[in-house]
Amino acid sequence: MVQQTFEGEVLTEPVVVEREFETVDMNINIGPQHPATHGVFRMVLTVDGEIVKDAIPYIGYMHRGGEKLSESLDYRGALGYQDRTDYLAAFNSEWVYVNAVERLAGIEIPERAEYVRLILAEFNRLLSHFMFMGAFGTDVGYFGTAFTWTFKERERIQDLFEAVCGDRIMYNYFRVGGLAWEPHETFIEDSHWVLDQVEVGIGDVDDLMTNNEVFVARCRDVGAMSADEAISFGVTGPMLRASGVPFDLRVDEPYSIYDRFHWEIPVGERGDVYDRYLVRLEEMRQSVTILRQALDQMPTSGPIEPERMPARLRPPPGEIYMRQENPRGEYGIYMVSDGTDKPWRVKMRSPCFHNLSSLRPQVINTYLADAVVALGSIDIVLCEVDR
Amino acid sequence: MVLSEFAGVSMPDWIDALLRVIFIVALMTIIAFALIYLERKILARFQARVGPTRTGPIGTLQSIADALKLVTKEDVRPITADRWAFELAPYMAFVPVFLVFVPMPFTETWFIRDLNLGLLFVFGVLGLNIVGVVMAAWGSDNKYALLGGVRAAAQAISYEIPMLLIIVAVVMVAASRIAVDGDASAAGSINAIVGDQTTTPYILLQPLGFFIFIVGMLAELHRPPFDMPIAESEVVGGYFVEYSGMRWGMFFLAEYTALFLLVVLASSLFLGGWNWPFGADVGLGLQIVLTFVKTSVMIVLVIGSRALFPRLRIDQLMAFSWKVLLPFAIVQVLANGIILAYGGADWVVGLVSFGLLVALGGLVYYVMRRKQGEGTRTVSTTPATPRVITSPEVTPVEAGGD
Repeated sequence: MVQQTFEGEVLTEPVVVEREFETVDMNINIGPQHPATHGVFRMVLTVDGEIVKDAIPYIGYMHRGGEKLSESLDYRGALGYQDRTDYLAAFNSEWVYVNAVERLAGIEIPERAEYVRLILAEFNRLLSHFMFMGAFGTDVGYFGTAFTWTFKERERIQDLFEAVCGDRIMYNYFRVGGLAWEPHETFIEDSHWVLDQVEVGIGDVDDLMTNNEVFVARCRDVGAMSADEAISFGVTGPMLRASGVPFDLRVDEPYSIYDRFHWEIPVGERGDVYDRYLVRLEEMRQSVTILRQALDQMPTSGPIEPERMPARLRPPPGEIYMRQENPRGEYGIYMVSDGTDKPWRVKMRSPCFHNLSSLRPQVINTYLADAVVALGSIDIVLCEVDR
Repeated sequence: MVLSEFAGVSMPDWIDALLRVIFIVALMTIIAFALIYLERKILARFQARVGPTRTGPIGTLQSIADALKLVTKEDVRPITADRWAFELAPYMAFVPVFLVFVPMPFTETWFIRDLNLGLLFVFGVLGLNIVGVVMAAWGSDNKYALLGGVRAAAQAISYEIPMLLIIVAVVMVAASRIAVDGDASAAGSINAIVGDQTTTPYILLQPLGFFIFIVGMLAELHRPPFDMPIAESEVVGGYFVEYSGMRWGMFFLAEYTALFLLVVLASSLFLGGWNWPFGADVGLGLQIVLTFVKTSVMIVLVIGSRALFPRLRIDQLMAFSWKVLLPFAIVQVLANGIILAYGGADWVVGLVSFGLLVALGGLVYYVMRRKQGEGTRTVSTTPATPRVITSPEVTPVEAGGD
């Protein structure tokens, strides 16, 4: 009998050598050029097969120094930069900025202008949520159907915006103290018509996605976040409400004329991707409700800017933090005036930046495909994250 | 169909064989072009678009324009790619699919060869397709491609099992009907199975089989909701992400050819292929029309599923195959065996299969509704109870610094 040896030792009994099959983790770049990143977001995923072990997000590819640019121009001139932060909800971003300047300078704006602003901002919320539905549908795997269906409705809203202010994305229509010019004559009728169409469109999206078994399977219990976690990350907007916190600045810190309307805040229960989707869908319906009330109440004639406006705007020294409910969450402008015609400091509080920071714990130990869906459910606009 | 007879001239065997190969490739290329055009148009209609319109009358030449563009494109091979795996992969994916053409009956007499083991041949050959996919994935030296290729392999393995089991169930039914003096060896031939469906399409006898076959077919073809191997939002196209030009075109062609052939197979097995279910004898012309009508219905079904379904996750896909489809397929085979062994009537077979299908549907529905749970609740806001405004008041400070 042949003597068996193992590592130099003579063995009397055969030895079973157990070998583990070694695997290595792999790093995968999701972005900055990847169909799922909604812009130039980069996420380095460490994956073990299909399971995500670690995720490191990189931002900053779109940084243009929007805050510094806003400080370098006078109060009115910096308005154009506000469109370019959150380009999917440009009216909302503009509105925060003009509201901040107006409160800083103590300017009262006429009621009619307030109504037009509110109507356009709510339409913009609809537009942004439609965009979310389309992009999210693509992330989950609809081959373009969700995208084209929602873009059809988005086009209608953009057509309305084009009729009002001549632009489809970068509106630059609000002014400190009011509006740039009168909305066109058939504004109210057009808005009603668009709302009718949009309601049908919301129903279509609902039919396509909400009860689809595959959609539910992909979204339920993915990226779930408890209310405490969400609050600790500074998450706001639909994501926070999906986690069960009924926090909406339109109600909790009423600005403009939101206290004149009756509507409801949708709140999720599990804080997962599916709840975020449902919350946004319901928010669109509530926006339609608000818009209908606003369009009915809106005065048909009246001034759209104060009678007297200073030629050069020099707010008294002071500071203000103006925050409003944007489609993506709490968008805030912190502004410090030193009495000159330029702001001494402008700080933009971007909801996406804070929402995005909650991504990492959501995607760790999930599947690669879930990471993409969780990222999509945050509804990031990279221009706003990087400013 | 023997070409030498068809053309009325005698020729050596090798020329005959060569002509058949050329015939298959030419025909399938044309069919694939037509399918690509149809898919773009139908998908566009699903998506509130109009699809291609600029190339030729209502865009009919779009596929040809695409093919020309692909042919003239530079053929890039990444410098770190495994040369042989990378270059051979498209052929490995392409050739098996074209071989599947051989036993497909388009009419009672039109096929390349009526194989005795036609069904086995189809699945044996089609299974080789995955080798090409894995070669492409590995050879590309690309992480997305690798993930896509591994997904494709896992998917192919897990979906061919319930699909083959359900084919067994179908063949059992066919064998009991076709058998002459206890000899059922003809039941492996696709043409014989089609020929048996003169009065009863097998979809009535095996509705569960039809469903599982369609699901397996979608998985085999990487079509939504089972398109993870080529998921654009996750792995950027999957295993062919590094391919360009005509090499990529060959993957594409293979995919559409496989779509057509599997659809023909499905309509042959379950919808009666070239058979007119009311009255047996129809002419050759009508047979070919019937084949194409049934095929087209199935194609619209497949394209519609692409428009209306999102993508499953890879573990959900595996779970659906192993935990749902496979047990149901096994139960179907057992049920068929028991019923046929005791000489049960056809309607019993059909009823049991239908019952199983309803059970499967009910199971999926119940599980998904339970998973879905309650929707969102709403918190009412009334104009009467807003909170006191706190923050946006101007607080005077000494503006610091210059």
